[in-house]
Amino acid sequence: MPRFPSSLRLTALASTALVALGAAPAAADSLNALVWCDNTDPDLIRPFEEEHGVRVNLREYEGTAAGLAILDQSRPGDWDVMVIDAVDVHRVAERGLLAPLPADELPLGDFFPDLVMEDLNAIDGEFVAVTQKYGYNTVSFNRANVDAEAMEDLSSLFSGDHDGRIAIYDYYLPVLGMLALNAGIDTADLDLEALETLREPLMDLRARARQVSEVVAAQTALAVGEVDIVFGGGEWLTAVLAEENPDLDWTIPEQGAVLWAQSIAVLADSANPDLALEFVKYISSPEGQARLATSSCYWGMPANAAAGEILTDDQRAVLRWDEQEDFLTRVQRYPVPDADLDAAMQDLWTDMLQN
Amino acid sequence: MDRAREARMGWALVAPALLWLTAFFVLPFAIMVGLSLSRFVGREVVPALSLDNYIRFFTEPSLFRGLVVSLEITAMVTVVSVVLAYPLAWIIAFQVPRNWQRLVLVLTILPFWTSYVVRSYAWLLVLGQGGVVNGALMGLGVIDAPLSLSATRFATVTGFVHFFVMLLTLTIYANLVQLSPNYARAAADLGAGRFATFRHVILPLTLPGVMTGAFLTFVLCMGDYITPQILGGGNELTLPQLIMMQLGRRGDFPMASAMAIILMAVVTLAYLACARFLRLERV
Repeated sequence: MPRFPSSLRLTALASTALVALGAAPAAADSLNALVWCDNTDPDLIRPFEEEHGVRVNLREYEGTAAGLAILDQSRPGDWDVMVIDAVDVHRVAERGLLAPLPADELPLGDFFPDLVMEDLNAIDGEFVAVTQKYGYNTVSFNRANVDAEAMEDLSSLFSGDHDGRIAIYDYYLPVLGMLALNAGIDTADLDLEALETLREPLMDLRARARQVSEVVAAQTALAVGEVDIVFGGGEWLTAVLAEENPDLDWTIPEQGAVLWAQSIAVLADSANPDLALEFVKYISSPEGQARLATSSCYWGMPANAAAGEILTDDQRAVLRWDEQEDFLTRVQRYPVPDADLDAAMQDLWTDMLQN
Repeated sequence: MDRAREARMGWALVAPALLWLTAFFVLPFAIMVGLSLSRFVGREVVPALSLDNYIRFFTEPSLFRGLVVSLEITAMVTVVSVVLAYPLAWIIAFQVPRNWQRLVLVLTILPFWTSYVVRSYAWLLVLGQGGVVNGALMGLGVIDAPLSLSATRFATVTGFVHFFVMLLTLTIYANLVQLSPNYARAAADLGAGRFATFRHVILPLTLPGVMTGAFLTFVLCMGDYITPQILGGGNELTLPQLIMMQLGRRGDFPMASAMAIILMAVVTLAYLACARFLRLERV
């Protein structure tokens, strides 16, 4: 947790107290959730609210640093549950922010075995988070303008055939992870030395790309034909557009791709721990998982395989349900950089954006 | 009422404003200054009294470039917006019948009523390769292939100008309608033509409105994050985008605070220049 000088703490506390004078205390019949945009879909949240007769207050955030900043600036008990990058669960848990979860009350047995991710979601064998959704950072493309076979090989992006028709997803971890895979480096082996070898291919890719965009802008660019390829994209980018334009597709190239996974946790100082646990159980249930997988913000594979019985054939087809077994053998996890490597990665990313 | 009582009454009247400013400006500003002098080590904020963040900002090209990009974009937006807004305000003030002026003003500021984010995304579609602009140019035979207009600085400037022309039109219009027609008549009596009247009489008298609008444009444009984020295509980063990166991705509050103070300093300098130009010492 960031340590601020005590004088700063005092002034911050005073400012917060002034603001808090007008704020209503958290109601016992409500749940405060710090989530990603897919968890805000009313079709996902409403059934839980109706079943438990409560209101779920949602605050959307992006990036673990932003989530931690929100927690730092909140009062203990302000938040009950939090969605978080699976690779960052330990980072948050080490600050004492996450409560243990009763694994025997969660349907972990129904999960895809690779997605239980005990090494990420548990500390000393005790679960503090549970995977809720996963997918891939790979290559999304428009089949109408790009040869799908060429997309099976990442090096085709550097051939010159697609210059000016590529968008790079604006998130350094998966993109650097994919470039590492293209260079034959495992994401787990990415260190400062290996990172330096990625500078040239990153700048090369940047020179060939038309733009570097976050989710909605990348989706828009692909949907309206501004670009044909999104490097770092995946099913989460194109699945929601599949109905309107079936040519928008994605693949996992022969070099592999990066697996993303998001987890959900109960905060240690939750004011409503029982309700928070019920929410986690609901999100992990087949019904909750199916709704989350097809959220209006972005689609992704449910961690709970039992959700497959609830999803329609079309939905499973868009998610490439039947190919998951093969995909999971060909992907690697997000790089998990320490503070120094993370800073170096972000410096490199900023250089790329400004040059 | 004796003097002491008068003074007490004065303080009592000023107290709410002082309290408000202290709580919501002075204290947060002091916290920000304190943070900007702290260090970010590993992933932790370490209290310190160091200028490292400021030094790093001015010596690291990718960070300093954010300020340069912001200033360049803001200058372009301000100039283009003034050039477009002045004639528009003039037409509304002097060419549109007085009864219709209110309606025309409402129509002018209609885009204000739509969401800023939605408006930016709308520009993304308008400027896209299959968008209205490229469609029209190709339809007219001006170009053979679509131009790359979106995800460029041009797109960012266009999105900004669309917004700020409305703002400037209002401030300039407010200035123009206050001008007595006698100024123009007196200039005409002295033999000045229409251009000379405008150049030597109307324009100087409306400069306060123009400068006020231009300063507002400068401030809002320098600090805006959304438009360059959506329309710029990540091809260059403005200072607010860099600040957001420090906060959202790194959690580096000290660096973000230092950058925010630099941004504030630039805006303050712009204000001082503006006030000096207009000799508005009391503003």
